[in-house]
Amino acid sequence: MLTKRIIPCLDIKDGRTVKGTNFVNLRDAGDPVELGAIYAEQGADELVFLDITATVDNRKTLIDLVRNVARNVNIPFTVGGGISSVQDVSALLNAGADKVSINSSAVRRPELIDELALQFGSQCIIVAIDTRHIDSPSGGWGAVHTHGGRKPTELKTIEWAKEVENRGAGEILLTSMDTDGTKAGFANELTATISGNASIPIIASGGAGTMEHFYDVFTTGKADAGLAASIFHFKEIDIIDLKTYLKDRGISMRL
Amino acid sequence: MKTVIIKYNAGNVQSVMYALDRIGVNYLWTNDESEIRSADRVIFPGVGEASTSMAYIKEKGLDKVIPTLKQPVLGTCVGMQLMCRYSEENDTTCMGIFDIDIKRFKSDTYKVPHVGWNNIYDFKSPLTKGLSESSFMYFVHSFYAEISPETVAQCDYVQPFSAMLQKDNFHAAQFHTEISGKEGQLILENFLKIS
Repeated sequence: MLTKRIIPCLDIKDGRTVKGTNFVNLRDAGDPVELGAIYAEQGADELVFLDITATVDNRKTLIDLVRNVARNVNIPFTVGGGISSVQDVSALLNAGADKVSINSSAVRRPELIDELALQFGSQCIIVAIDTRHIDSPSGGWGAVHTHGGRKPTELKTIEWAKEVENRGAGEILLTSMDTDGTKAGFANELTATISGNASIPIIASGGAGTMEHFYDVFTTGKADAGLAASIFHFKEIDIIDLKTYLKDRGISMRL
Repeated sequence: MKTVIIKYNAGNVQSVMYALDRIGVNYLWTNDESEIRSADRVIFPGVGEASTSMAYIKEKGLDKVIPTLKQPVLGTCVGMQLMCRYSEENDTTCMGIFDIDIKRFKSDTYKVPHVGWNNIYDFKSPLTKGLSESSFMYFVHSFYAEISPETVAQCDYVQPFSAMLQKDNFHAAQFHTEISGKEGQLILENFLKIS
């Protein structure tokens, strides 16, 4: 049976992990390769490396990092941050990334999704959607945001999710800016709506604080995968404990 | 021992190379017929679309080389599909090593593509030696090989399908051995060991 996936996300700046960690067995807490390998060893199903600086100067550093991760990690991993062209994707995949994640560049020029899917196959193209709830007199709606969630767009999240699928995205990484950082749980209602509407997998992100939050997003939220950063980095939740808990509650897990 | 990875327009060969590096095996990445024929092991990887890949293989004459190889050959993902008779993906005639058709998953309830970790079972392959029944492997695909007498491991998604195939010296896996953790690595190691 296909399992639900648990995906730790590592934020990268200048080739180093940004958020601090409490891993006692880490020689170098800032080394993304070592941290990634430990997550893989603990049973993470995939990894996401998000380059939060994403400037031209840092591209070479990022490529070197991707190469080192690919050499040392034997599970799939995705790289995101500042990717805006076929050339960017080509360089990352050639270095050993299994998938790439695009966000602002797809909003700016949606045809990029078609081009990437045609060139590399849908299986390696994740479109990340940052969404924030907008109140309006006629009822609220989710608006797509870019630039790390800072810049609102006119796009409705539900419609944009359908469009990226139609253009050839292989998966959607849906981050709720409303729940992100709150540790109060994923945006289950929105995730369920997007997932119910999509025929491609949805990775839910933003708001994970407890093991139960993952249970909720896989059941109520109908997510195919759950992504989180700080709860894993600060070892608030152990991946093996989380997966055991979910399996005991009837969620299909790789253990 | 000489291991060759067949070079063609398939994506993500780098992951396969790194997996072999982790095992500690040297390899050659080539589409040269004499190099392929003189290898002890041949790996035919694949990520991409069937008709484009098949067109390239024909252009390089590899469709005449691969089916006539005598040494152990391992095809993965699209590589495996191209070793079958026919693929529904853009109506593609493939190499016909396995007497099986490749079909598209059709379902109203399951998402397509099939992405993620799924367990394989009913092992009949020397490549699964030492592997626990129901081990998890990483899959990414929208098209599948039907169950046939050449099926040597099964997986369930929408319906049971062939996770692994074998006919004589030809072995194949739908999943990605190179990124399927220790279990995937064991299958690669077994492939390098079989006589």
